[in-house]
Amino acid sequence: MSMLAVVLAIALAAGLGRSLTPYVLATLPIVVSILLVNTFFYPGATDVIVALGPLTATWTGLAQALQATLRVEAFALSVALLGLTTSTDDLLDDLEHRGVGRRAVFVIGSAIRTIPRMAERAGEIVDAQRARGLDTEGSVWRRVRGVVPLAGPLILSALSEVEERTMALEARAFSAPGRRTTLRPLTDRPWERMLRWALVVAAVALLSLSVAGRFPLP
Amino acid sequence: MTGPPEALKDGDSGGQGVAPASTLPPVPLQLRDVRYAYAGSKGWALNGVSLELAAGRVLGVVGPNEAGKSTLCLVAAGLAPAAIGGRLEGLVTLGGRHTSSAAPHELAQRAGLLLQNPVTQLSATSPTVYEEVAFGPRNLGLAVGEVATRVEDTLAALRIEALAPRDPMHLSGGQAQLVALASVIALRPPVLILDEPTGQLDPAGTRLVGMALAGLAGATGTAILVVEHKTWLLGDLADEIALMSGGRIVFRGPTAAMLDDERLADLGVEPPPVVRLRRLLVERGLALEPSLFAGEGSS
Repeated sequence: MSMLAVVLAIALAAGLGRSLTPYVLATLPIVVSILLVNTFFYPGATDVIVALGPLTATWTGLAQALQATLRVEAFALSVALLGLTTSTDDLLDDLEHRGVGRRAVFVIGSAIRTIPRMAERAGEIVDAQRARGLDTEGSVWRRVRGVVPLAGPLILSALSEVEERTMALEARAFSAPGRRTTLRPLTDRPWERMLRWALVVAAVALLSLSVAGRFPLP
Repeated sequence: MTGPPEALKDGDSGGQGVAPASTLPPVPLQLRDVRYAYAGSKGWALNGVSLELAAGRVLGVVGPNEAGKSTLCLVAAGLAPAAIGGRLEGLVTLGGRHTSSAAPHELAQRAGLLLQNPVTQLSATSPTVYEEVAFGPRNLGLAVGEVATRVEDTLAALRIEALAPRDPMHLSGGQAQLVALASVIALRPPVLILDEPTGQLDPAGTRLVGMALAGLAGATGTAILVVEHKTWLLGDLADEIALMSGGRIVFRGPTAAMLDDERLADLGVEPPPVVRLRRLLVERGLALEPSLFAGEGSS
């Protein structure tokens, strides 16, 4: 809960409170399933809230469900906050500047940039399939049937690009030894460095206290 | 063909290179009796190709589909079989160095390769065209100033400075092709191997690329091997033309003579418009003075 509070406090301070809403909504399916499964099927719980036929909701299950929900939200919103406050390009440049291998940086950057590219390509394929008469709108069953002719071309075209892109990267000296040139090193202010170190120290302290049994982490 | 045959024998005995021990610089690109088969394929995609390309020369390669033109590009750049597997026989050297004994990043500094599909040529990780063009020079670890100079010079040569801040993954096909070409040129390799570099360009863009490449060959001595269906572009750009069919170079000669050769059409290669026009006029009994066509290139 404290982690979630920190994330929310930072988001509010940065004026990003509303921006987190879509991310909260995105976690709803998993949150609902956590709440239902834990509340009604928590093993060994006997403190009944209400019985609905063969299903029994318990206080223990509900408490576990809320705790798990808080963890999921804390994790999801931390990632969302990173995405909302940090430029991907700056992050990748800085990782490279700090000596992270070019292959690792490329994989991270490629994964991040591939998502919108795949979405665009999926749209192009759907348009092409529609132009040839495939009905992808209407009932759920029709939509599901529309996924099949989409998935094949999408995956195959992505795979076919891999070999050619690999060759293109090799032809541009991607595997050259040594460190890549950094075009725009980011400024790293003293208070930012101090804050990072403080967070590392805090994490180590928390873990140590937890291991020592002084501050049991959930 | 350029380069002294004696030099090849001398250099060949040296193991790594084909250049003689004299003051002659090594031939930028040389293939001798090259055969290549793709992995899993029994047939030869290239079947006994020999060619040399001297500094500052432009060799145009034409031929029907499945002639082996794109395979020739991959083999000449050293990426086949190094990157895609397959079986290679014969000798391929870049600047006197056997491609089979060089690492991919070394080959990248000896030969720049542009493939047909511009989208897969782009790294897909650069936020701007500027950084996309800088991708190769940055890989080499060049100083920031040198990277900037190369990028700006290349963008200016192709007149795409205005694209510098754009997202490279959101360009038109023609723009992406120019950016992909710029990305290769920025590495300043002594050999450029281009597989249909103007396939998605309009006539104006095609002429621009032709002028940039001609300027590159003339000013920097870059040897250029260019596969191109637009024979009119080769008429203005290439010193020689090689006609490929069935994995072999079946004819090779000076550009003007090759573009006027009727065997071109027999093998499915369309002659330039000016050649077709002249033939049409002759057929109609309107043969004009040949000097009327002189000095017009082949466009």
